[in-house]
Amino acid sequence: MNVIAILIPVALLLGLGGLAAFFWSMKSGQFEDMDGAANRILIDEEDD
Amino acid sequence: MTALARQDEGDIAQTVLAVPGMHCAGCMSKIERGLEGRPGIVSARVNLSARQVTIAHDPSVKPRDLVEELDRIGFEAEPRKGALARSQSAVKPLLAPLAVSAFACMNVMLLSVSVWSGAEGATRTLFHWISAGIGIPAIVYGGMPFFKSAWGALRRGRTNMDVPISIGVFLATALSSYETITGGHDAWFDGALMLLAFLLAGRVLDAMMRDRARTGVDALLSHAAQGAMVVAADGTLEWKKADDLAPGMIMRVAAGERLAADGEIALGSSRFDQSLLTGESAPVPGAAGDRVLAGTLNLDAPVDVRVLAIGQDTTLAEIARLMEAAAQDRSKYVRIADRAARLYAPAVHTLAAVTFIGWMLAGAGWYQSLVVAISVLIITCPCALGLAVPVAQVVASGALMRAGIMVKDGSALERLSKADRALLDKTGTLTLGRPVPDPAVVANLPPEAAAITLSLASHSRHPISKALASALAARGIRAIELDSVEERPGEGVFAFHEGRKVALRRPEGASGIAVTLDIEGMPTWLIPFADRLRPDAREALDRLAGMGVETSIISGDHTASVAQVARETNLFAQAEASPQDKQELIGRLQAAGRNVLMVGDGLNDGPALAKANSSIAPGSASDVGLQASDLVFVQDSLLALPRAIKVARATMRVVKQNFALAIGYNAFAVPLAIAGYVTPMIAALAMSTSSLIVVANSLRLARAAR
Repeated sequence: MNVIAILIPVALLLGLGGLAAFFWSMKSGQFEDMDGAANRILIDEEDD
Repeated sequence: MTALARQDEGDIAQTVLAVPGMHCAGCMSKIERGLEGRPGIVSARVNLSARQVTIAHDPSVKPRDLVEELDRIGFEAEPRKGALARSQSAVKPLLAPLAVSAFACMNVMLLSVSVWSGAEGATRTLFHWISAGIGIPAIVYGGMPFFKSAWGALRRGRTNMDVPISIGVFLATALSSYETITGGHDAWFDGALMLLAFLLAGRVLDAMMRDRARTGVDALLSHAAQGAMVVAADGTLEWKKADDLAPGMIMRVAAGERLAADGEIALGSSRFDQSLLTGESAPVPGAAGDRVLAGTLNLDAPVDVRVLAIGQDTTLAEIARLMEAAAQDRSKYVRIADRAARLYAPAVHTLAAVTFIGWMLAGAGWYQSLVVAISVLIITCPCALGLAVPVAQVVASGALMRAGIMVKDGSALERLSKADRALLDKTGTLTLGRPVPDPAVVANLPPEAAAITLSLASHSRHPISKALASALAARGIRAIELDSVEERPGEGVFAFHEGRKVALRRPEGASGIAVTLDIEGMPTWLIPFADRLRPDAREALDRLAGMGVETSIISGDHTASVAQVARETNLFAQAEASPQDKQELIGRLQAAGRNVLMVGDGLNDGPALAKANSSIAPGSASDVGLQASDLVFVQDSLLALPRAIKVARATMRVVKQNFALAIGYNAFAVPLAIAGYVTPMIAALAMSTSSLIVVANSLRLARAAR
């Protein structure tokens, strides 16, 4: 029973953390240009 | 990553340019690096999905300079009409509810599994309370899109698929809350949340596909601000937007430009391409005193045009009025999912009521009868039914998009699948809509002459030169160096090659479109141009006939040129049809019970495209044509037509199978529910299995466009 009292809040907090991270990434525009993001990985960057 | 350049002193202006030509990582880095190295430009960021680049720059740099800069890098760009207009996405408002309901569903399921595997007493009640704590807010938030739409339908006395979904979810939540408060055995929060998560996922996919098609079409639309160079009384030139033009102004229209307003030629003479406006393929000559219409393309030489009519008075505005009326007719179409819901919702709700009465008559108490009746509603909650249409459409639209056909409207495939009569415009639809040099003549040019021609043609922006240059480049011919190149408007391009005079010029007294190639010491070539049938037109029309779609031509062009195309294609044709005529013909066919597909590109086809049951436009169509049509194909081949109809029909077949699967699942689950054997675990299993089966069946459409 005591284990549950710790595990349930931990599980919920982890889940909430993931949800919060998703909302943050959506607000900060990371889903604006999915095609571009997929292609940017191919750009070489020797000059930075 | 683009360096996050920051400039503390002074303001920074932001400009968004549409760059339709970029398509890969190479283009992205070329544009971003090319721009960032220039003076006055702080940063450039490409958005590949929207084919846009956002440039932060010094306010002294004008958008025109940026366009020139991009031209130097090798990309055609246009300033967007609304500077920072971002297209409204349908995905965004659905993503957050999807994330919330998926998150809540997983957490509640975690607790539910413990309950199902035998948690008892205080533990079970605690788990139910936690589930309620997560579930109720998540259901309220995640279910909003459905509740809103269901309420909207009910308020107008109608019903759609969202009504049974909302009732099911609402009752499941209410029953679970009651069970939780009284310390009962079963709670259904997981089922309600799973239902929402599945349905939202289906709608998000649907919206994503629609977004992608819309940005695709968006990239085709010309975003250039419509306007004209206005000549003031003192001879100074000033660029004015179309809205700022007033009757009496003189606009100077360069060769290759479109007119921004109806007017009368004041000075100069040229030929005008009216094909987008009237469907007429032959250029119309115009000299001082002649009337010219907004939207026509000036082909040969710069002219000064006195503005006569603007805005509401132009021919364009008349076409827009016709289209508006026709579009209202079409919005009355009821989608198949909503037609299914009309039958489904009353059936299910009657069934639940009968179950309740039956259990009461059999002597069970109020509470037990109610629980069984509600479990019938939960188990019949149309999860698979709600996915049946969107998932099939998503997969089919994806397959079509890979084949170069963009589906703009959700119900387009449904309407297209029923088409049994097709009307085709001629100019720009059956034909390519642009003059193409005679392939026989081009093939017979000696290599040196061909290379000289390509070099000359590439020095001009004239549509004919561009067509010639691209035809020669497609044959693998390389340009060679020329000296002192000079383009004389209305005459041609003149240069020297190794001391010899060479010229690509307007022929004297030739009818139709042609250019003359002069090379000193060599005979003169005449290269005729004509608008040709699209490749595969014959085969495409045969396939349409094979599918039971009767086809004919309706064109605004002159009888002679329409007759020629009609002979080549063996189709019945009507020529010299005005936009009203086209619309009326469609109305007559519809009244006779035919389901009409209109294929057209021009402004003059707009009203017909909006009136027909379904419509397709080629990617080269006018903005009006692109906006009025349901589907847009971005390839030269006309095979896109039979392909689109084939996929639409396959989609409807799969949708019907999906309905059958969903109903079959109900036939299996409902007796269990009526008998009172359904537990939350069975409901969860049954719902997810039926949804997965429907999704798997729909995935078969991924190859439909081949």
